[in-house]
Amino acid sequence: MKAKVHVILKNGVLDPQGAAIQHALGSLGFDGVEGVRQGKVIELDLADGTSEDTIAQMCEKLLANTVIESYRIEVL
Amino acid sequence: MRAAVIVFPGSNCDRDMAVALRAAGADVQMVWHKDATLPDVDLVAVPGGFSFGDYLRCGAIAAQSPICKGLIAHVERGGYALGVCNGFQVLTETGLLPGALMRNADLKFICKTVDLDVATSDSAFTEGYNAGDTVGFPVAHHDGNYTIDDAGLKTLQDQDRIAFTYADNPNGSVADIAGVLSENRRVLGMMPHPERAIDAGHGGTDGQALFRGLLGQLTNA
Repeated sequence: MKAKVHVILKNGVLDPQGAAIQHALGSLGFDGVEGVRQGKVIELDLADGTSEDTIAQMCEKLLANTVIESYRIEVL
Repeated sequence: MRAAVIVFPGSNCDRDMAVALRAAGADVQMVWHKDATLPDVDLVAVPGGFSFGDYLRCGAIAAQSPICKGLIAHVERGGYALGVCNGFQVLTETGLLPGALMRNADLKFICKTVDLDVATSDSAFTEGYNAGDTVGFPVAHHDGNYTIDDAGLKTLQDQDRIAFTYADNPNGSVADIAGVLSENRRVLGMMPHPERAIDAGHGGTDGQALFRGLLGQLTNA
């Protein structure tokens, strides 16, 4: 089985990289970009039957820093 | 005082840290990240560098290494720990210090000597200074933007746990924070490099008081 983990900065945490991307899109002439948040996607190739709870533990312990990041698990 | 300096793949300030500790009089051992236990030491230093290539997040992989289990046990026993630069990032990733270090606000890698204000002299690390002193330490980092939520910041302020602040904030850190102490004041994490400020021929000598103060406190303990 495969799963994707989406990790992104929590709302309220300033994202300097997202702000730079927003600025660059404006420079390219794309108007109306009102906000950009940059995160990461981690693809996991897992033994069949791995529970979402186990994946959540992976996120809590390593894949996300929950001080500043939130995560979303997508089982494929 | 006996000290251990942890070496990760990608550490690059480990030998500078050992030189600074030895210059102050410490007996220093280098410890490899795969070792599961630490030698019997008073202080564990987590050096600067780019452990594991900064993969995933700065310090995240190092924080899961076998030696960090030993580091956590050492701190839980009341041992002292000093994390500088990447070492600070490792200490936040292990949860031994609160907050997190994010990408610098202007996204640039910053490499220069900066002025810091000593925010408290109430720790073994800072007792060689007076609160309000200004010291010059080099910084060299891309991810030194200290972030903590409002409640966490208030706790740090109420407990006098901010050790150093930037005189001119270079990286966007909350409340100009350059270094913080643990609740028992025995763990210090900071982005600037005191170990690069111990020799008049190399970046000044403002860091000497940190290492000498530590030696004085731990040798008398």
